[in-house]
Amino acid sequence: MTTTTLAVLVPLLPFLGAAAGLLLGRAAPGFVRPLAVVPTLTALVLAVLVAVRQGGDGAVDAATELTPTGSVPVELALHIDGFAALVAVLVGFVASCVQIYSTGYLRDDPRYPSYAALVSLFTSAMLLVVYSGDLMVLLVGWEIMGICSYFLVGHYWETPEARAASLKAFLVTKLGDVPFLIGLFALATDAGSFRITRVLGAVATGAIDHPTLIALLLLAGVAGKSAQFPLHTWLPDAMAGPTPVSALIHAATMVAAGVYFIARLLPLFEASAAALVVLAVMAAVTMAGSGLAALAQDDIKRVLAYSTIGQLGYMTGALAVGDRGAAVFHLLAHGAFKALLFLAAGVIIHAAGTNSLAAMSRMKDLRNRVPDAYWTMTVALLALAAIPPFSGFFSKEAVLATAEHAATGHAERIPVAAGWIVLIAGMATALLTAAYATRLWLLAFRGHGAEAPDHGKQPLTMTVVLWVLAVPSLAFGLTAGLLPDWFDGRELTPTLTTSVLGTGLAVVGGIVTYGTWRHTTALAARAPLGAVAAHPEADAAQVEAEAIASHAPAYGDVAYAPDPADPSRLLLGPLHRPAAVGFHLDAVYRALFIRPVQAGAALVRFLDREVVETYVRGAGALPRLLGAAVRRAQTGNVQTYVSALLAGTVVLAVAVLLVATGA
Amino acid sequence: MHLAYPAVLSALLFCTGLYGVLARRNAILVLMSVELMLNAVNLNLVAFDVWLSKAAEETLHSGQALTLFTIAIAAAEIGIGLAIVLAVYRNRGTSAIDRLRDTAEPHGPDNDGPEGTDGSEDTVTADEKAEATA
Repeated sequence: MTTTTLAVLVPLLPFLGAAAGLLLGRAAPGFVRPLAVVPTLTALVLAVLVAVRQGGDGAVDAATELTPTGSVPVELALHIDGFAALVAVLVGFVASCVQIYSTGYLRDDPRYPSYAALVSLFTSAMLLVVYSGDLMVLLVGWEIMGICSYFLVGHYWETPEARAASLKAFLVTKLGDVPFLIGLFALATDAGSFRITRVLGAVATGAIDHPTLIALLLLAGVAGKSAQFPLHTWLPDAMAGPTPVSALIHAATMVAAGVYFIARLLPLFEASAAALVVLAVMAAVTMAGSGLAALAQDDIKRVLAYSTIGQLGYMTGALAVGDRGAAVFHLLAHGAFKALLFLAAGVIIHAAGTNSLAAMSRMKDLRNRVPDAYWTMTVALLALAAIPPFSGFFSKEAVLATAEHAATGHAERIPVAAGWIVLIAGMATALLTAAYATRLWLLAFRGHGAEAPDHGKQPLTMTVVLWVLAVPSLAFGLTAGLLPDWFDGRELTPTLTTSVLGTGLAVVGGIVTYGTWRHTTALAARAPLGAVAAHPEADAAQVEAEAIASHAPAYGDVAYAPDPADPSRLLLGPLHRPAAVGFHLDAVYRALFIRPVQAGAALVRFLDREVVETYVRGAGALPRLLGAAVRRAQTGNVQTYVSALLAGTVVLAVAVLLVATGA
Repeated sequence: MHLAYPAVLSALLFCTGLYGVLARRNAILVLMSVELMLNAVNLNLVAFDVWLSKAAEETLHSGQALTLFTIAIAAAEIGIGLAIVLAVYRNRGTSAIDRLRDTAEPHGPDNDGPEGTDGSEDTVTADEKAEATA
């Protein structure tokens, strides 16, 4: 088979799997698991084959036009360069892991068939985005991901948190998608084509008239999809979905799409210095803010969610300083260890029966109960905190090195300001990242107190996947020397200054958190706290759904627990409470958007009820009055009717006679 | 015989029947009045048939045929009518026509909403039925 055929099959197989799963899910329950796992695994194998054949050389381009679509043609096009090939491998890899893990995690879930089909569809849409060489086709995948995330985040729709979170995820990403669509149209109008190759050609020749405007419009969509400030608020709430879905959304699909999109069209963004500075500021605010927020979260998954936002900030930061190689390198490394973090968190939530770190810190021996999750999560947290020699160190240093390169004015066309912004924010975030990673690890695994409830042995499908994902988290950094061949050719190996600074800050963050924890942990015994959902027989998904649903009643908030023994309380001081609730950004949105919309809705309701309906009622009043008069005649006495009939006949007869005689 | 006699007689019969239909309360008397009216028409049919057949060379006597037809139908009609009256009497204990007013439009205030009208109609009908049964 040619590379093109293989590449077409990669998104097609999960799509067919999803269609078959949705159609046959109820009729043939035995086929649901194979239908979920096999197409995704095959897609992974094919993606690897495509990557091997492409080999980082010239991009593979193929296009076919199904039907003429007017002035700007829309074509089914493939554009596979080194970025696309490697990102597709990551997507296939993480999606396969998630599908295998889900067979254990949602073992007894009645909605598993539709869930697995939607995960397959999600994967297929992401692969379409990755391989597509046409912006309109890319948009199709982009929007399918939006609707899939809506359904999957709302998987536990019995709980109000999940319903609200799924709606929020959908609406917030759509808020970005509207400018994104307009930006795509403007771009295609200027470039005369939706094909990425032609658009980039037009950028190179300077044919784009308004690069800043287009870049900013596209940036809005990217901010929504990739959860960048100020449109990041949907991501922490999306933790109300099942853990494998979080892993999928955070590691491989959805949030990666935005970063990947900018990476594809980076020359367009580089054409506008203003857009790059906006991107850098967005990345910096996202990084620093999410680091602080992650430090204060109580829900283990929300910590990870904010950490995703922060790591995406690194990627957009790398893009703001014009190095898509570093951005995609971090995307790949982050995809592996973040998937691992989430899947391990799913195991921990199942074993502990709670998603609250405060409750976990009062449990003895949690690490012995789930040794696989303990060791793999340790690896993943070290990678997240960018400690050498784990994968996160190399990718993060690649970003920081590029930022330093730009800040010292060595990069062409990149504003020095963008370099400094990204560099300083990146350094600060390195400290914060190490701090919250340490806090998570200490609270989850070094608890003191009562025994954790016994949920039995974790299913093999769930633990094996963790070790599979641990391999790239450990060793992916070693490929830093090879990757430039696949990317733009720029060096990705760490430089001395930033490595020492970044690692030093990370170590400082970790040690400070450890010291604080030693100081506060004595308090934990004095303040009992915690609610545990114990279902020894049920599958992990049910335990998680109950843990999420009981968090707000037990602790007063989905993100916050009144735990005096939390080291972050000491570290953040007065910032702790605002950080826990995401710096009140939701309240700002409530005041800025939700209130006006609700007021508008109230006005419309008033107009409809009181004004429009009055006219309708007035139109009905006259006929009703006439009807009432006629109804009076209906006495029920047959003889009256006959008399009226006779009178009428007589009148008619007399009239006819008068007319006939000509009187 | 001059045509005026049967015509006048039939007119008188018809008026008597009409008066009975419009004014009598007893359902059986009303049915009898209907018979009177039918027979007035029959009389007219026969008389005019004879009068017309004098002038015509050849006639089918369709007037008399129609009379036979009417008599047959009237017999069937009175049978069904009396059966209905009997059934009504057994049900209601009365056969007075002016008290059989189930189809009357309910009185009362003019309700705005359709729901209100329906509800009041139901209750009124139920009341009347209960009253009629008693």
